[in-house]
Amino acid sequence: MASVDYSGPLTPTGNLRRRRVVDRLARGSATAAAFLAVAILLIFIYSIVQHGASVISFSFLTKNPLETFSVSGNAPVGGIGNAIIGSLLIVAIGTLIALPIGVLIALFLTEFASPRWAGPVRLALDLLYGLPSIVIALFLYGLLVVGHGQAGVYASLALAIIMVPLIARTTGESLGLVPKELRDASLALGISRWRTTVGLTIPSAFGGIVTGTVLAVARAAGETAPVLLLSNLANPIQTSGAVFSQPLNNIPWDIYNFSTEGGATNFAKAWGAALVLVTFVLVANFIARALYARSRRMITR
Amino acid sequence: MSEATPTRSPESEMDDRPAEVEATSSNVAAPLAIEVQEEAPDDAATRQVVFDLHDVNVYYGQALAVAGVTLEIYKNHITAMIGPSGCGKSTIVRSLNRMNDSVSGFRLTGQCTYHGNDLYASGVDPVEVRRRIGMVFQRPNPFPKSIYDNIAWAPRILGMKDNLDERVEKALRGAAIWDEVKDRLKSSALGLSGGQQQRLCIARSIAIEPDVLLLDEPCSALDPISTASVEDLMQELKSDYTIVIVTHNMQQAARVAERTAFFSLDVSEGRRTGILVEYDETAKLFTRPADKRTEDYVTGRFG
Repeated sequence: MASVDYSGPLTPTGNLRRRRVVDRLARGSATAAAFLAVAILLIFIYSIVQHGASVISFSFLTKNPLETFSVSGNAPVGGIGNAIIGSLLIVAIGTLIALPIGVLIALFLTEFASPRWAGPVRLALDLLYGLPSIVIALFLYGLLVVGHGQAGVYASLALAIIMVPLIARTTGESLGLVPKELRDASLALGISRWRTTVGLTIPSAFGGIVTGTVLAVARAAGETAPVLLLSNLANPIQTSGAVFSQPLNNIPWDIYNFSTEGGATNFAKAWGAALVLVTFVLVANFIARALYARSRRMITR
Repeated sequence: MSEATPTRSPESEMDDRPAEVEATSSNVAAPLAIEVQEEAPDDAATRQVVFDLHDVNVYYGQALAVAGVTLEIYKNHITAMIGPSGCGKSTIVRSLNRMNDSVSGFRLTGQCTYHGNDLYASGVDPVEVRRRIGMVFQRPNPFPKSIYDNIAWAPRILGMKDNLDERVEKALRGAAIWDEVKDRLKSSALGLSGGQQQRLCIARSIAIEPDVLLLDEPCSALDPISTASVEDLMQELKSDYTIVIVTHNMQQAARVAERTAFFSLDVSEGRRTGILVEYDETAKLFTRPADKRTEDYVTGRFG
């Protein structure tokens, strides 16, 4: 190559200048996109806090709405107490249903299934995860609500369907992190496969299982479509723990109602309820991350 | 090696060998000086057979991995298996307690008995097999539990709950690690050094009082000092256990084992199949090997 003078100064020659510009552009836009995502989250959190923080008070968190939405345009008093309780109940029952099923699926995939079966089951889980929640809700509405009426537990079922693939995935991943050598060690001691799984593999992966569950709970708590269709309380004044027979008020439903009702007070309350929900989701995510990091350290050290 | 000593042709070395062996019966006439134990007295009349393998073939899927292994392993002996990588020595050892069962495509033909019982007969429960034939692996693999629970876990599950503290202490003493860990039984086993972890794994194996200990390259991840302590331990354990050790380290086989099996690779016919070349008393195998391939290997002229 005669075009390069090997003894010349080591500054850019030929098309290297252009390549450097392209490189900077690509690097710059990728960095900008990444920062955009962070910025969106921060702006989002900032505006929720800005609008919602003013209504947060002890009575807002504990009191029920005092009047039916349809009667009063601007409910001056009342809070989201029963919505918090309702959301907690609905999500808790959904978790109780989803957790054992999700863990068992993960055990099947990592410990017992032959590759021929694991593939299709994984695919099914991914598809289930991708199902729009409104479709799941509609399915349960047609199956259960029509003819029986609404109940909080139906929303729990829908949330469970949403949570199962999430829990199965994260649990499966952390079970897969448990080294094969540990299982071999246990098997070589004359311990059966199942005892090895229960006594060694699951405890080793426990942090991952908790993490997956917390993430699933965070996701389910904010799911709106299921509670909208399956547990929308016409009269949000009442507090009821009758999760198996009645619809329960819940935070997404409150946010929806407060915001569609209009009026400055109601809007503020919608923001307040949103702040409560987002705080819960964010805190749950941080907890999950910490637990996951800890369990990884425990296993892989 | 032959490159390093160009003046000596293989033939001349062959000629030299018998004379040198006679002169120093416990030394190898080879560039690789290997210390060999004193030849064990011939105990052919009294020794008890634990494993009896006859014409054992192991397949992984269609591929024949190890072919035609015939050997007897004797009670309270240390039996070493040496040979190059991929020659099937680990495969054979893992077949002795059915650890290969979980490997997909694994199949074993031929006779493989343990105290006269066919290990691969139908009705044999691999869990029961492994309860009697323990195994220690290449990399130390303590459970992510406390030192105490590492030892006590299996006895608890197997119903050996009486005097558990004593059992744990006995196992840890048996594995020569008690003095190092007695003050921190409740702390995590993962905090131990590699050598300590490996001795803990041996303690864990002997805590359930097995009959046989299979050691699959137990020192390959350890430094020389830890290796020495594990080797000393094997000598102490052999009065109570039958020990089979796979090792890449010929000196180790020479130091610890009464009998040694040399495996090699048969690459004829486009296949790579492990074969048992020679199985004999260690001293004899290292000083007067019957097979040229064994000699090439133990003198470091392999390949």
